[in-house]
Order: sequence, then structure tokens, then C-alpha cells
Amino acid sequence: MDLSAISPVILIAGLISSATPILLAATGELVVERAGVLNLGVEGMMITGAVCGFIIAVNTGSPTTGFLMAAVGGAVLSLLFAFLTQVALANQVASGLALTLFGLGISALMGQSYVGIKPPQMPDVNFGPLTDIPIIGPILFNQDPIVYLGLVLVAVVWGVLNYTRAGLVLRAVGENHDAAHALGYKVKRIRTLAIMFGGACAGLGGAYLSLIRVPQWTEGMTAGVGWIALALVVFASWKPWRVLLGAYLFGGIDRLQLNLQGAGVAIPVEYLAMSPYIVTIIVLVILSADKSRAPGSLGRIFNASQ
Amino acid sequence: MIRLEKRPQPSRAFAVAAPLLAVLATMIFGGLLFAVLGKDPVQSIITIFWEPLFGEFAFYYRPQLLIKGAPLVLIAIGLALGFKAGIWNIGAEGQYIMGAICGAGAGLAFYPTESVFIFPLMILAGAFGGWAWAMIPAVLKVKFGTNEILVSLMLVYVADNLLASMSLGLLKNPEGFGFPGSRNLQQYASAHNSELIANSGMHLGVVTALIAVIFAYVLLARHRLGFAIRVTGEAPRAARFGGINSSRLILFCLGLSGALAGLAGMFEVSGPSGQISIEFPAGYGFTAIIVAFLGRLHPVGILLAGLLMALTYIGGDIAQSQLQLPAAAIQVFQGMLLFFLLAIDLLTNYRLRLTSGDAVKGAV
Repeated sequence: MDLSAISPVILIAGLISSATPILLAATGELVVERAGVLNLGVEGMMITGAVCGFIIAVNTGSPTTGFLMAAVGGAVLSLLFAFLTQVALANQVASGLALTLFGLGISALMGQSYVGIKPPQMPDVNFGPLTDIPIIGPILFNQDPIVYLGLVLVAVVWGVLNYTRAGLVLRAVGENHDAAHALGYKVKRIRTLAIMFGGACAGLGGAYLSLIRVPQWTEGMTAGVGWIALALVVFASWKPWRVLLGAYLFGGIDRLQLNLQGAGVAIPVEYLAMSPYIVTIIVLVILSADKSRAPGSLGRIFNASQ
Repeated sequence: MIRLEKRPQPSRAFAVAAPLLAVLATMIFGGLLFAVLGKDPVQSIITIFWEPLFGEFAFYYRPQLLIKGAPLVLIAIGLALGFKAGIWNIGAEGQYIMGAICGAGAGLAFYPTESVFIFPLMILAGAFGGWAWAMIPAVLKVKFGTNEILVSLMLVYVADNLLASMSLGLLKNPEGFGFPGSRNLQQYASAHNSELIANSGMHLGVVTALIAVIFAYVLLARHRLGFAIRVTGEAPRAARFGGINSSRLILFCLGLSGALAGLAGMFEVSGPSGQISIEFPAGYGFTAIIVAFLGRLHPVGILLAGLLMALTYIGGDIAQSQLQLPAAAIQVFQGMLLFFLLAIDLLTNYRLRLTSGDAVKGAV
């Protein structure tokens, strides 16, 4: 065992990259939940995004187009959920599960002939001399564009939710849909848009896995990242910056366990691989005691004619 | 314009018709999907739904219906009790795996001793494994209010890794030439969950599933606890005022569904599957969620839905080998079923009303 092989700088740089898929998906889900909708289909939308992005990127040779189409793919799939919960007034828990099961199936079907192919690489953003700054350079200025997109997304979501009229309306719909409806806001339309935004973000997160993190397509490759993202929203108390913190915590654990596997620690690989899931449970227990921040109408069905 | 109007009472007719309509819609859209994949849609649907029951080799496939249906029904019965009470155990797959590990472990511990006590012990161990795994989210929910959906699901991945570790380590067959996987329980008479009637597919797991159906039916229809489950799901506030202890209900529902899933895993590993290996999980724990909903959370419905879902598994296998239909297509097919069911379910609780444009403006 050689722990000195684990360089803290590379670990932290890797952590940021590891955290990005969870961050993207969780930020999207945060917006959905602030609008009062619980979409348990994150895993399904992520893996659909992963396969859509991968197929498009391989066929066009452009990772950027891949990411774009991954977002579209996730959003399109989320429309199914929007239809079930907003139009057909179905139970959100069941619909979300259906979305995940369906997404896992459809992605496996779409990706069949893409197993084992290498996708085109996405170049890192070039910050010129900034990259050469010791320690900070490799951590902050040597990442791919999507990492920065994730950070910008968190900032934008935070800004929009707290400081704009649109954010206020969205939160009103999530806190009390009857009151929002009485004020004349289109509850279902706003929620549908939020669901689509969540789908697009989850799609991006999935594509990050298949195009950058792994980078390859394998069936069921998200392996629970979507569920961890859902957990993250709960223990971030529905606050964007806490989502960022939580995502880094998980990115860190994931990276650390991979590095420990690589360093040949005496703990069996399987037990190291369990650790992110176990840590999720532990953090959930510690932080979920405080439910006061949950949006008031979360998970409740809204129908105006009642 | 069409407006939704809530029915005063859920429509009984639609409650029964919705699953049938969903199956029909799935056949149509599934057929379209198969057509897109370049397969003859009608032929595909016939292969999936007709061939296993009445085709040339039906004598071989019919027993499979029981073998594949039993774990689905067993797990779905437990899940449905929880779902009825608004307790969402999504991690049955993990409990199923833990039941298999504990059950097989208990049996293998005595290898090669032959005794009539080994199998009953394995049954207990299997049920315990699933129960214990489900008690983790249950206790956390009761003590700390932790979301049981997320915890039970996280534990699926933990169980998956534990299974890999077991089949590579503790339970690995010492005479297996280094291949991962445990000894084959089918070759260990005392631990083998053999068919009760040869070539019928009827093993102890099938019998247990049937008992579970009857037990759940009586519980829901006749017992106080069943009443408590229904009230908690339909009117949580009323349940609280009525003095129903929600903590006990959570522990009971999760524990029971875990134990049933554990039993399903144990019967599977000691029978049809035979050994603990990385390939052991077949997704029954997740498919059982579809079965529970498709069966309207009603024990008899679940029995029928379980058989139907087993049929799609078997028919899917046939379609895979005869028509080269990809395995994932069947997964999509099963997912679709749940979608259509949820969508059509709207008509159970709501009526569609045609209204003039002005009235809509007034209402929406």
C-alpha cells in the first residue's frame, strides 16, 4: 500500500470533476422541488442523457453537440413525467419510478451498438498562464467547460430563485399552489417548465459521465448517481450553495475511494465501492432531521377544478 | 375543451379496466417500438404473449411462469402493503439479495452435512436477511425521519457490492477452479429448493407466494392492522387522530416487505438460480414495483399481474432468441406498462367533461 501516491492536488482537481454530474443533476432537481414537484426519475433522465449525448457526440464528432442533445434528451424524457403528473394527475412517486425504469430500458436499447466505443474528447478550457500557477492552477484552471458550466448553473439558479420575480413565482407555486393559483399564476405550466429544466440538467449530468468521466457507454452506467443527487437536494435543505458543498463532499469520497483502490489499500474493492452510498445514508440521517425547509406543496397533486 | 372533474367515488369499473387497457396500449405501442426496431410487430407480440402459453414448446415454458412469477408476487405483496400506507420501500432488490446471501450462507455453513433441519434454517435466515436490511430504512425513518425511499435505494447498491464480495470471497466455491460464485446449492440435497412436483415449476417459493397472497388478502380485508394500513394511506390525519401508531406501522410494513423479498431471494438462490454469483440479481425487486401497481395494490390483482409480468420475461426470452429482439426492448416494454397504467388511472378518479371555452376560462 502506498498512500503517498495520492496527491492532494490531483485529488481535489479530480473531486471537482467527480462532483460535476451529481451537481448538475441535483441543481436541476432542486429547481423542480422548489416548484413543488418531486421527480424520482433523475436516474432515468441522467442515463438517457448519457446515451443521447454519447450517440450524438460519436456521430457528429462534437462533444458540445453531444451535451446539447443530452440536455434535450433529458428534457424530452421529463415531459413524460410532466404529462403523467400534471395532466394525468398521477402519483409523483410512482411516476418518477416509472420514469427511471423506462429510462434505464430505453437507454440500454439505444446504446446497444455503442458499447466499447471511445467518444470524441472535449478539450479543457484554456486559461493560458493561469494553468501554471502551482496548486491553484491544476485545481481551478485545468478543467473541462462543463465543470465551469456546473458552477455557473448553481450561481444562476441561486440568483434567479432569490432575486428575481420568476424565482419568486416559482417558489410561490412550490410553497402553496392554491394561493399561487388564486393569484393567477399558471401552476401547471410553471411546474412543467421546471420539470423540463430538471430533465435537461440531469441529461447534462449523465452526458458528463459517458463523455468525460468514464468516458464510455455501458448499460446502467449511472449506477445510482441520480439517486445520490436526489438525496443531495434533501440534505442541502433545498439551497443551491449547499448542493454545491454536498456535491463536492461526494465527489471527494468517490475520488478518495477510487484512489484508495488504486493505491492497493487492504480494504477489499467492494467495500470501498459501497462507501459513497453508505456516506449518503449517514449524511441523510444527520441532516434530514430538519424538514422545515421543504417546499410546502412538495409532492402534492394540483388540479384547478377542485 | 376538456375539463377534469373529480368523481365522488373512484370508479370501480375503471379500477378493474385500467390495467387491461394499459396492457392493450402497451401491446400497441410496444408493437410500434418493435416495428421501429425492424421486427414484425404482430409476430413479436404473439411470441411474447402467446408462445409461452400455447405454443409448440409450452410444456417447457409453462412451469417457467411459476418460477419467474413467484418471486415477483412474493416481493410485490410486501411492497403493496407499504405503498397502501404511503411507505415507499424501493429497495426490495437489495433485500432480495440479502435474503439470498443469508439463506445460501446458512446452508453452505453446514456443507456437506445432510440434515432435514438445514432447509428450514435457510428459510429463516433468508427472511431474516431481507428483514434486517429493510429495518435499516425503517428504524432510520422512525428515529430520525430519514426518507425511506433514498435509504432503501442506496442499500441496493451496498447489497450489490456485498454480493460481489461474497461471491469472490467468503462464499466462493473452494472447488470452483478460481471462478467467482458459490457452490451450487442444486447439488447439495439438504439445501436444494427442489420442485415439489417434477417439471411443474412448483417449488416451495411458489407455495409461499400463494400463502402470502391469501395472508395479505385477509390482513387487508379483515384485520385491524389492514384497516390501519388503508387509513394511514388514504387519510393520514384521520389515522393520527384515530390513535394509529405510525411508527409501528412503518416498522411492520418495511419489515414484512423486507422479509418477503428476502424469502424470494432465498428460494431463488437455492432453487432456479442455484448459486450466489455476481449475475444473481435479475431485477425482480424493481419489476415487482410495476407488478404491485399493475395489480392495483390488491393481493389478487398482484397475483395476476405477477403472472403477466413473468409472461413478458419468458416471452421476451423467446423473442430474443427467435426474433433477435434485444433484451432491453423487453425492459422498455415493461416500463411502458407502468406509464400507461398511471396515465389511464386518471379515469378511475376523474371524469372527463366537455365544456365550452368560457367555462374553462372560469375554471382554469
